[in-house]
Amino acid sequence: MIISVASGKGGTGKTTVATNLAVSIESDIQLLDCDVEEPNAHLFLNPVMEQKKTVYAPVPEIDETKCNFCKKCAQICRFKAIAIIKETVLTFPELCHSCGGCMAICPEKAITETGRELGVVEIGRRNHIGFVHGRLRVGEAMSPPLIREVRSHTRSDQPAIIDAPPGTSCPVIAAMRRTDFVLMVTEPTPFGLHDLKLAVEAVKLLGIPRGLVINRSDIGDDGVRAYAEKENLPVLMEIPFDRGIAEAYSKGKLVVEEMPEWNEPFRTLYLKIQEIVG
Amino acid sequence: MKIAVTSQGTQLDSLVDPRFGRAPYILIVDTDTFDFEVLDNKENVNAFKGAGIQAAAMVNDKGASVLLTGYCGPKAFQVLNAAKINVADNVEGTVRDAVASFNEGKLTFADKANAEAHW
Repeated sequence: MIISVASGKGGTGKTTVATNLAVSIESDIQLLDCDVEEPNAHLFLNPVMEQKKTVYAPVPEIDETKCNFCKKCAQICRFKAIAIIKETVLTFPELCHSCGGCMAICPEKAITETGRELGVVEIGRRNHIGFVHGRLRVGEAMSPPLIREVRSHTRSDQPAIIDAPPGTSCPVIAAMRRTDFVLMVTEPTPFGLHDLKLAVEAVKLLGIPRGLVINRSDIGDDGVRAYAEKENLPVLMEIPFDRGIAEAYSKGKLVVEEMPEWNEPFRTLYLKIQEIVG
Repeated sequence: MKIAVTSQGTQLDSLVDPRFGRAPYILIVDTDTFDFEVLDNKENVNAFKGAGIQAAAMVNDKGASVLLTGYCGPKAFQVLNAAKINVADNVEGTVRDAVASFNEGKLTFADKANAEAHW
């Protein structure tokens, strides 16, 4: 079973939920931090890193001695990563989405692939938790291929929790698709509700079962609850706005370790998800 | 000589559009006769990315040797540079006035982009 933890709005508590859920379950489990633009699950889990590898995206390299300047590569590129000007070929690797179209269409076989560094994947462990995360190279704009690389380390013999990035765009889809359940974390504020609605629509398109955690549940208004009821989105857990939880977070500590009474609610959350997924 | 001018409309009296890649029209104007051809830039206006690159390639394909516009970003500038197309930026007013200013030698060519790259 793969559970992705997502939210429309940032800062609602995805990482808090993902890390504490993983630690509260005492059997073997993986945690994959797919928020590669700003991974932070490792700050709470402190895994011992065992492996690190650099990930590259294939981008075109053009041999101008073979090129006949026919422009077929520039025409097929949806992302305008190639421009042919007179007898000069300009490539813009940062726009390339690595589809391979230019290489396939080139009649002169003048295009080969070279690599653009996307970032690194680090693999480690903390007790029963197998940990994987990605770190996007500073300056790189395209995260989905790195997210897919992080996810390629998912094991089939144990459950996995994916900490997804916020929002509803390509990186979020890359982190959520083909998971068995999306656990959505929100706060009961107008901002939280606005972005939750967008995220729920995205998850619906993917056709994945979903449930809600309301964080800082005793602030804000009733908008999120009313929406959840209307959408048949089960509220699986509520976490109050609590100074102890905030202090634990601010020190990079786990709630379930600083306040052990929270183990039970997180385990219950996991059981409820298991029940829904079946 | 043919020069390209980014335009908000399809006439010589239309205003110069300050944007290069996403201007609705690009007029290719003959500096001697003021005859002109209208390029509909619709496809680039709605382009996902790389509008400037594509617009620059189009201007090159039309054989223009100078571009008059408002702002030009680094990728478009790189393409225009490869095409040896001189760029006069910060151009305002109507297309007709811009071409007249160019003919009178009042415009100066940029040696670098005057807008940031954006995604």
